Amino acid sequence: MAERLRIYRELVRAQVRGQASYRLSFALDLLGNLLFFGSDLIAVLVVFRQVPALGGFSLRETLVVFGLAATGFALADLAVGNIERMKMYVRTGLLDAVLIRPLGVLGQLLALDVGVRRIGRVVYSMLLLVVALDAADVRLTPVRVLMLVLTPLSAAVFFCAFFVATSTVAFWWVESGELSNSLTYGGRDFTSYPMPVYGTWLRRFFGFALGFGFVSYYPSLVVLGRADPLGAPAWLSWSGPAVAALAATVAWLIWRTGVRHYRSTGS
Amino acid sequence: MAALIRTLGASGFRRFATYRQATVAATVTNSVFGLLRTYVMLAVSAAATATGAAAAGYSGEQLVLYVWAGQGLIGVVMLWGWTDLADRIRSGDVVIDLLRPVDPVFAFLAADLGRALYAVLTRFAVPIVTGALIFDMYLPRRPATYPLFLLSALLATVVSFACRFLANATCYWLLDYRGVGMAWAVFSGLCGGLFFPIRFLPDWAAALLWFGTPGPSLLQAPLDVLTERDGWAVQLGILGIQAAWAVLLLWLCRVVQRRAERRLVVQGG
Repeated sequence: MAERLRIYRELVRAQVRGQASYRLSFALDLLGNLLFFGSDLIAVLVVFRQVPALGGFSLRETLVVFGLAATGFALADLAVGNIERMKMYVRTGLLDAVLIRPLGVLGQLLALDVGVRRIGRVVYSMLLLVVALDAADVRLTPVRVLMLVLTPLSAAVFFCAFFVATSTVAFWWVESGELSNSLTYGGRDFTSYPMPVYGTWLRRFFGFALGFGFVSYYPSLVVLGRADPLGAPAWLSWSGPAVAALAATVAWLIWRTGVRHYRSTGS
Repeated sequence: MAALIRTLGASGFRRFATYRQATVAATVTNSVFGLLRTYVMLAVSAAATATGAAAAGYSGEQLVLYVWAGQGLIGVVMLWGWTDLADRIRSGDVVIDLLRPVDPVFAFLAADLGRALYAVLTRFAVPIVTGALIFDMYLPRRPATYPLFLLSALLATVVSFACRFLANATCYWLLDYRGVGMAWAVFSGLCGGLFFPIRFLPDWAAALLWFGTPGPSLLQAPLDVLTERDGWAVQLGILGIQAAWAVLLLWLCRVVQRRAERRLVVQGG
């Protein structure tokens, strides 16, 4: 086990060295990630120029919801975001090379391209969360601090599960296009606003059936110290870790089935 | 000349007609984001109406049309995913284009218009129908709006093409397209009117974008024409701005292309 960990560590270290050696490209990528993250934030700010509150939530409260989701997503993107390139791995035959090595397939693929560049987004979203908490006048109590630590972590696990599960589509359908991303990124957009904004069935589908409601909205109610305008019980806010664990299990099962059913494209 | 346009256009049409799975995937993706954006816009409209004002002058039904027509237009004007020229520059194939008796800018444009025509029939039509089935969607009432919208969408495609061409052409000098491509994706989404209508911004910022950048000519222009937010005089004014940007940017494309060709000759490629 220790030997295996060492090999993974070496793989990651080689990646980091490789990415950092192209200085200009690395700097541009950091900047680009800031732009992308910034554009989501600007969209929320511009929308709130028109109205004092959305779905009963003020801008400052919405930014807490947004910040929690963004931090979780950024962490997940840092860890497993490159799994999106699964299609390419399948098409180019890289996956075949990985499969014959005596190491875990998923672990190898993740170590192949750790997104050091995406570290910027983690930093920005954490900063935003701190600013939002301050702006929304959140008084920190032990319970809220616990929630503030738990939520981004379980959100990250949850998003990781989605990245892995949706990338598995490539095992069956190589040219799946952006289809698999629409759920992951759609889910991220869903978590950026408070749930009462959305219509009933969209809330049921994204919020409960897929579980995105537990990524940021329900936990944020505890942090903001307010009740759910839709009347959900208070304990629901604490189900984030359980939902994340469930999502991770399902994703792992899907992944395992995918690897077993995988037939090379022959390239 | 007309035969040439037809041939190049038809090849663009055929090329994209073969990517059927990709078309389906893109349409589904656009519809998912259409749903999410519609609810945010409807919430904005409801909150604005409660305080006795329309959100930046759009009714809720107009915003529904704005969102779904916008999701459809992404594929027509093709904001993202065009790296044809950058790829050809990197691989060196671009040299072959220079041997042909057709101006490369013109050849790429003709193929792009063929692609846009295919997108109108597939990627534009589906989101409009989806949006109309699920929500109360505004339908244009003035007959003149329809031809004006078609013209505006055509101009938007030309402006978008010219922007993409210029962004791709930076490859002649930078060789790496990723940074520029990312900047273009963010710019077109934010300043093009996709993430939010430009009218949501303060007046001075909106004016700066309309006259200072080609951004609003990409999506905001055809969408404002279609939703009939303004009278026909303003509709014509919007078309005028778009036409000015189209001419200016196409001229820039030719200038840049000539410079790049000289550079290629100097390199002896």
